[in-house]
Amino acid sequence: MDRPVLLHVAILLALTALGVGTARAASPTPSPARQAQLIHLVRQDCGACHGMQLSGGLGPSLSPAQLADRPDSSLVATVLQGRPGTPMPGWQAFLSASEAGWIITQLKQGFPPLPPCDPPAATC
Amino acid sequence: MRPTRRHLLSLGASLALAACAHVPSPSPSPSSPPAGGPAQDTPPLRGTGDLGLVIERASGSVQLVEHSGRSALARITGLGDLSHAHVVFSRDGRYAYVFGRDGGLTKVDLLEARIDARVIQAGNSIGGSISQDGRLVVAQNYSPGGIRVFDARTLAPIADIPAEYAPGKVSRVVGLADLPDQRFAYALFDGNEIWVTDLSDPVHPSTTRYPAGRQPYDGLATPDGRYFLAGLFGEDGVSLLDLWHPERGSRKILTDYGQGSEKLPVYKMPHLRGWAQAGGEIWLPGVGRHELLAVDARSWQQTARIPLLGQPVFAMARPDGRQIWVNFAFPDNDWVQVIDTDTRQVIHSFSPGKAVLHMEFTPRGDEVWISARDSHEVLVMSTRDFSPRARLPAQSPSGIFFGHRGQRIGM
Repeated sequence: MDRPVLLHVAILLALTALGVGTARAASPTPSPARQAQLIHLVRQDCGACHGMQLSGGLGPSLSPAQLADRPDSSLVATVLQGRPGTPMPGWQAFLSASEAGWIITQLKQGFPPLPPCDPPAATC
Repeated sequence: MRPTRRHLLSLGASLALAACAHVPSPSPSPSSPPAGGPAQDTPPLRGTGDLGLVIERASGSVQLVEHSGRSALARITGLGDLSHAHVVFSRDGRYAYVFGRDGGLTKVDLLEARIDARVIQAGNSIGGSISQDGRLVVAQNYSPGGIRVFDARTLAPIADIPAEYAPGKVSRVVGLADLPDQRFAYALFDGNEIWVTDLSDPVHPSTTRYPAGRQPYDGLATPDGRYFLAGLFGEDGVSLLDLWHPERGSRKILTDYGQGSEKLPVYKMPHLRGWAQAGGEIWLPGVGRHELLAVDARSWQQTARIPLLGQPVFAMARPDGRQIWVNFAFPDNDWVQVIDTDTRQVIHSFSPGKAVLHMEFTPRGDEVWISARDSHEVLVMSTRDFSPRARLPAQSPSGIFFGHRGQRIGM
């Protein structure tokens, strides 16, 4: 391999790394505090229709088995934009795309439980 | 193997103390037991007219409360998934029937603060009702879709009525309400119908079907049991059935409501079950609109539209009908608004805590109990001057149910 080609590869590699880095920066994993808020939101407020155990209600079950065959991108779109013709509203006023993505990842793995007293309070 | 019923009753009192974590009560200790009486084995003699349950939705527990002294008496655990729980009461006031999301149906003895009987009756349930004669408890289920009938004394199954609206197609059931003459009305969210099931011969139920409109999301029987209303999500309007004249069929009211305007997102479905009949009008939450609607209960014409700060969930009439109290869907669920039905004005807007889920009036409406899920607290307020009277700690409280519901139609 001659030097110009090597240089080329090196630059490409660098750009790729930079690209990956940029992508990561655009969809960061939510902070632990935000994750706690998201777990609360999903279990308590999504739970209004999907059930606190996410086993379904007026909204369908959100169990890992139920979601396994659905591509992440379509599930994220449902969370953010809702599903016309059903009661599912879009949540994009409250969630970023990366937060919706984190929720979908967690749902597919089995969603984390609520801590015993959530949100924390002196009364419990 | 279950012990006999008599055995359970005698065991119950002593077990109650062990099984239930007693919640500290702000009221003075109960009066002394009779001389020579077994102090710790016999629950204090008391009436049931001021008892109720507060659902603790995240922990599968309920608190037994009394509203004369505004205090918690006991916590009863082991009731399963209590998201969207509902409670009805036996006519003697002693027992509460708690319907859980996971299909659990639990009969709670309010006097002994313990579970008397419990069955898992379905996979996914959203509530239930009790018959006019108090002998039948009926659960409404999403999965398997339909209603199921149980003996109120033993919880033994009596009848199963699948909501099969087309061959092989079973609907989720909403809005179940008890009616006079051992009948029950309910709506089929997927089947777009209202069904009325006559359980006067419970082993041989007979069901009459009526068209409802698209996606009925909840139902309501008027306090006299004459009318059943089903709110529609999939189209504008409310479906109405006159049970004095079922032969006339169902009809739609409020069909022009909100025509042409874009619906707002609904982050939590409104509930119609609020006793919101007041002064000859029925007050309903708008769906997809931040409004409260009043409808004349004779002409069924819309009489008022009150703008509110968010999507109403419950619109509950104070028992005298002078006020309507409204709570809201996410993200406005930290708020409550009070409407004067005479002036049709919002007379009070306030935040009783975080994530307000439910309100329950004392039987004659002097006070209201409000659950604030994320404040882990139940607030007791005067409805006359809106001053706080008490705050009771509770874990993620949701529904509050007082025993006087057992004496009313359609609860």
